[in-house]
Amino acid sequence: MPDFTRIWDVLVVGGGNAALSAAITAAQAGASVIIAEHAPVTMRGGNSRHTRNLRALHAAPTEVLTESYGEEEYWDDLLRVTGGRTDEGLARMTIRASTHAPGFLRDCGVVFQPSLSGTLSLSRTNAFFLGGGKALVNAMYRTAEKLGIEILYDTEVREIVVEDGFAREAVISWRGFPERIRCKSVIASAGGFQANREWLRQYWGDAADNFQIRGTPYAQGTVLKNLLAQGIQEVGDPTQFHAVANDARAPMCDGGLAMRLDCVPYSIVVNENVERFYDEGEDVWPKRYAIWGRLIAQQPNQRAFAISDSQALHDYLPSVFPPLKAASIGELATALGLDPAKLERVVADYNAATRPGTFQGGKLDDCATAGLTPPKSHWARRIDQPPYHAHPLAPGITFTFLGVKVNDRARVMMSDGKPSANIFASGEIMAGNILGQGYLAGFGMTIGTVFGRIAGEEAAKLVRN
Amino acid sequence: MSETESVSHSDASLEAKRQMEICNACRYCEGYCAVFPAMALRRDFAAGDLTHLANLCHGCKGCYHSCQYAPPHAFGVNIPATFATLRAEGYATHAWPAGLGALFARSGTIVTLVAVLAPVLALLLAMALHDPATLYTAQTGTGAFFRIVPYWLMMVLAGGSFGYALLAMGMGAARYWRATGQRAPGPAPVAEAAFDILTLRNLGGGGHGCNDIDDRFTMHKRWLHQAMFGGFMLCFAATTTGAIYHNVFGWKSPHEFLSVPVQLGFWGGIGMLIGTSGLLWLKVRTDPGPVAPALLGGEYAMLALLWLIAATGLLLLGIRHTGAMGVMLALHLGLVIGFFLVMPYSKMVHGVYRGLALLRNAQERRA
Repeated sequence: MPDFTRIWDVLVVGGGNAALSAAITAAQAGASVIIAEHAPVTMRGGNSRHTRNLRALHAAPTEVLTESYGEEEYWDDLLRVTGGRTDEGLARMTIRASTHAPGFLRDCGVVFQPSLSGTLSLSRTNAFFLGGGKALVNAMYRTAEKLGIEILYDTEVREIVVEDGFAREAVISWRGFPERIRCKSVIASAGGFQANREWLRQYWGDAADNFQIRGTPYAQGTVLKNLLAQGIQEVGDPTQFHAVANDARAPMCDGGLAMRLDCVPYSIVVNENVERFYDEGEDVWPKRYAIWGRLIAQQPNQRAFAISDSQALHDYLPSVFPPLKAASIGELATALGLDPAKLERVVADYNAATRPGTFQGGKLDDCATAGLTPPKSHWARRIDQPPYHAHPLAPGITFTFLGVKVNDRARVMMSDGKPSANIFASGEIMAGNILGQGYLAGFGMTIGTVFGRIAGEEAAKLVRN
Repeated sequence: MSETESVSHSDASLEAKRQMEICNACRYCEGYCAVFPAMALRRDFAAGDLTHLANLCHGCKGCYHSCQYAPPHAFGVNIPATFATLRAEGYATHAWPAGLGALFARSGTIVTLVAVLAPVLALLLAMALHDPATLYTAQTGTGAFFRIVPYWLMMVLAGGSFGYALLAMGMGAARYWRATGQRAPGPAPVAEAAFDILTLRNLGGGGHGCNDIDDRFTMHKRWLHQAMFGGFMLCFAATTTGAIYHNVFGWKSPHEFLSVPVQLGFWGGIGMLIGTSGLLWLKVRTDPGPVAPALLGGEYAMLALLWLIAATGLLLLGIRHTGAMGVMLALHLGLVIGFFLVMPYSKMVHGVYRGLALLRNAQERRA
């Protein structure tokens, strides 16, 4: 049984990459560290368990990264996806520090590999973890154990007791038993609130019941809510989240990356009213996949259907759940519970609007529609080669943007504008400082590692003085 | 793959298909071994494809410990255990003669029975052949062993059982090759497959080893298997050299300790003892999650049989100048002959099918 009478130097709340980066850094600096991870050991690691890479600045090719990726290009990429909703100081600091992130993780036992098949577009910018995020999480827990860090699984932090901006202890549920952890500093790395359906309902109403949560079901936002209620500044739009087009047959939580569908650019997408609602071929998929979750979330019953034919099948990665197949568009509509006549008309109108061109799956080709609303700007091939295929789509939420405001030393900011004396944050719980909207592949892990290390360093420094 | 003949899926095959369809949409494990790049070449998984992928799997368990969908996740992806079950099914399907494939279902019992009965029968035979005065007194000098078991009988029993093992496993290999619809390989794929077999590259986990015990990466399994395999081959070389000495040069055993056959056998025996002991230790210690429990019996029994063969061989060397030699020789020969007889219906066939899978993989990579 853990010693709950002891006063720990650092309490880390959460158990993903951001939490472990913080805990390991603090322990290496000589602090006594305790981790409170809500999940049981088999499901530990938060959303990090489902990740596969991190985005890292590098001036020259490394073992696993090709060419170079400089600060200005990185910053431009971030500026583009966030539409300016970022903090340039924090963002540039993170970008610069990201060059050391792979080395830190390697020292923690994480093994890197060149980019996976189908992800060549990321081979220059993103370092992939061999075996994916769970292998990273395993390696980091092993390192944490070696450093003598006390790790509590099945341990939910219910409340952080804050007095005058100073955290003194945490009220926890340890394997269902109420306990307290006393500590000299707290690092909150407990993620967003995307798995808290009640909270999502505040902004989205009944639609929230149809959102699939791609990652950990333990992202309940308890610590986030608790800190925001105690005079810590908030950052990010609470109604916003990162979401992708998931298979509608995926589990309601923890389905992970394999549930996402890449078929949209090679299909036409209709909602339950059998209406197209957005340009499926607007841009290459790596630049568009992240808007489709939100688009589908705005449709009736948060459902959509990607319709294609047998030509398209090999243009995208295979899906876990097979597409529905039918010999005619009408039969396909019936199988999907859609109006057959209407779907036949939508497909016929689309086919009539396609213009001759040379189809090129991987890049922006010249196959576009003419006179169709909304248009399909690329990859607009006729859908006329049976069997016809359909993938049912639902929004899959990755994380929420609401967070606690932090400064460049990872200290959370109080409502009076001053940094907290001993509360730090890293990971998704503060990612909204840098990512106000949109997403860059692998940037969440970068923020987690960079701010985790800063938080661990600062917390250890604090307790030494 | 269209070239694969269509065979209906068994339950194990359907389960492997379900899991491969999840893996093929995820692909995080691509860096571990040959299985996942081979999987990525496919969209549909016919029964023959799955048998091939299962035999390509070396059981390093890296994919299990890094799997976001491993139990207790609802998807319950467990490739090492699922593929091990499917492999065992394939061993039974391709066994020759076909009726004996059923022996795989009771591999632990069968191997154990043979390991017990064969040396007992050998002892009884030795006792029946000689009066106790010969069997229990020290036999030394040229031809000492053949005063316990006559040379012709040794050749008939050992050569016959070994020949049968080769024939049965060869027939199994031919059936497997036909069932997976393969064409004759060129020299480059053969060289690549041979390299993969000899180095056990696929137990390297992308350069960092296997998850032998838990999520730690170690080279234990790879080196222990190498010790066992190398030891086995040295012992085989020892026997072959001994036979050449006898038949070509007329030099009869026992040979000097520093002679070629004894040295080969001695170091081979040491390698086998280290390898089998270590692999048994790994089996006891390993996380049971990615293990197929139904197959453990046969695996333990075969490792134990190999251990006994090595141990009795070394003991025979140690006490060959004493009155215990006769009994030890009978035991050792009994174990070896029993091993050859049971070999085509045991875990030992994994080497054949793994080799063919590596060969097919080397061909596919060039296609």
